[in-house]
Amino acid sequence: MGTGIEKSIFALIYKNQMADIQHLENFVTQVRRDILRQVHKVNSGHPGGSLGCAEFFVVLYQELMDRKEGFDMDGKGEDLFFLSNGHISPVFYSVLARSGYFPVEELNTFRLLNSRLQGHPTTHEGLPGVRIASGSLGQGISVALGAAETKKLNNCDHLIYALMGDGELQEGQNWEAIMYAAANRIDNIVVTVDLNGQQIDGSTDNVLPMGSVKSKFEAFGWDVLEIEKGNDIQAIIDGLTAAKSRTGNGKPICVLLHTVMGNGVDFMMHTHAWHGKAPNDEQLAIGLEQNPETLGDY
Amino acid sequence: MKTYENTGSKDTRSGFGAGLEALGKINENVVALCADLTGSLKMDAFKENHPERFFQVGIAEANMMGLAAGMTIGGKIPFTGTFANFSTGRVYDQIRQSIAYSDKNVKICASHAGLTLGEDGATHQILEDIGLMKMLPGMTVINTCDYNQTKAATMAIANHHGPVYLRFGRPKVANFTPEDQHFEIGKAVHLQEGTDVTIVATGHLVWEALEAAKTLHNDGISAAVINIHTIKPLDAAAILESVKTTGCVVTAEEHNFLGGLGESVARELALAHPVPQEFVATQDTFGESGTPAELMEKYGLNAEAITKAAKKVMARK
Repeated sequence: MGTGIEKSIFALIYKNQMADIQHLENFVTQVRRDILRQVHKVNSGHPGGSLGCAEFFVVLYQELMDRKEGFDMDGKGEDLFFLSNGHISPVFYSVLARSGYFPVEELNTFRLLNSRLQGHPTTHEGLPGVRIASGSLGQGISVALGAAETKKLNNCDHLIYALMGDGELQEGQNWEAIMYAAANRIDNIVVTVDLNGQQIDGSTDNVLPMGSVKSKFEAFGWDVLEIEKGNDIQAIIDGLTAAKSRTGNGKPICVLLHTVMGNGVDFMMHTHAWHGKAPNDEQLAIGLEQNPETLGDY
Repeated sequence: MKTYENTGSKDTRSGFGAGLEALGKINENVVALCADLTGSLKMDAFKENHPERFFQVGIAEANMMGLAAGMTIGGKIPFTGTFANFSTGRVYDQIRQSIAYSDKNVKICASHAGLTLGEDGATHQILEDIGLMKMLPGMTVINTCDYNQTKAATMAIANHHGPVYLRFGRPKVANFTPEDQHFEIGKAVHLQEGTDVTIVATGHLVWEALEAAKTLHNDGISAAVINIHTIKPLDAAAILESVKTTGCVVTAEEHNFLGGLGESVARELALAHPVPQEFVATQDTFGESGTPAELMEKYGLNAEAITKAAKKVMARK
């Protein structure tokens, strides 16, 4: 053991870390409320996958990504994020708004006529933070790789992050992209796969079994990491930090994020039933009760 | 009547290759992607001189479109190269979502369009691509007529912000437009003034329209010829101005009559100045194997077909 001073410094750092984690936990709780309230208001949208990825988004935007002040969207001088499974727009919108890209009050307009918060994310209405339209699945990784190529051409050492669903891997374009990335040694990208094992018609194992996703990525030449506790903030921080540290080594990085669909709202967990279904008034009340207001509702 | 000289037949795809290579020298943001057809698309010179900006994506057109969309983020101007069929029909949803709806500055450059691809047959002879592309909001659609115009168009679209579909072909065809031309997107080119019939042509059919006008002239018919290199946005004013004098129009294109230039022209006429129109185009059919000349004759896409259509439409006035 070290000296008293060392001990107290360690204790201070530990305390700060714990405070940070608590802050992120509170952030996630608020994001869950935002997700539930968005989809409830318009009785449509995708809460299940959104809730499952709330911790990931919060860690990405609040801890990991090196983002520029000003939100100017020119794509230069900062890390960039691409969402391939665009249907989880409620979590994306909540985290973007609460990270400063647009007013939090705008979450009130989700899926409404004349809104910038379209059912699936788009650049068409000029919503800051969204760099590509997504919704038709399987296209995001190609786009993210293109952005990674431009980063290299611009001699910019910032990173590209992307998220995709696991069911989405059934789309063939992904495998074109996965093959391209390894062959061209695109090592400034971290692609996270949300491994919740669910898709609209049921579990991925029932709809179209994919075998070992890890083995497939590895066979294509990717460096693969797994985050077994994909809804645990510290595990995500550790996993993504490790992923980041492994960039620049000639291989694209894949993170397999094991999540629980509907996480944080007990009756929505471990089922595909809430993939694209909104809670009713009573269900909303239960969900909100399980996730008390922390940062302030919009 | 003006005379046009073929300064030596060349393929329009080589015009694209020359334009791309010239662009590479003057615009460092221009990047090129190709799906295993570098030689066919005449992209070798760009690849050789700018290897760091050339991306071989393999036989994976969907990924190519996505990569191109992503490359625009951070300021690059991607030019994708493959056959017209694989540039459009095969990747329609990728273009629709990742490029057009996302308003990405991608130039989709498509060779071997239409029947003149020849012997490879219908699997490769797309006759629906103009329609597919012009239906996408925000997409500019260009079909050039010769080597010089294709080179000029390739260079011009780099300075236009937004998605562009640039369509050209495989065979050597007459090269007759000026070498140093200024290419203005959306601006029709009046090739012949005329008072009896207006021929509105695009792509390889422009030279055929000029040949038809000569024949018509010998028969005492004064035919106006308008080169529409940009199908969208269409220079409706130029067409209407001529049609107000002639009172009838023939549209000519190497494409299905459904979804092509002819339909775009018909809409403008219906809205502003309805007159008889004949469509020189394929008649809702697939192509087949054969030489380009044989195919253009069989499917009625040459000077003779345009001449006949002109006489027919004049009789309907």
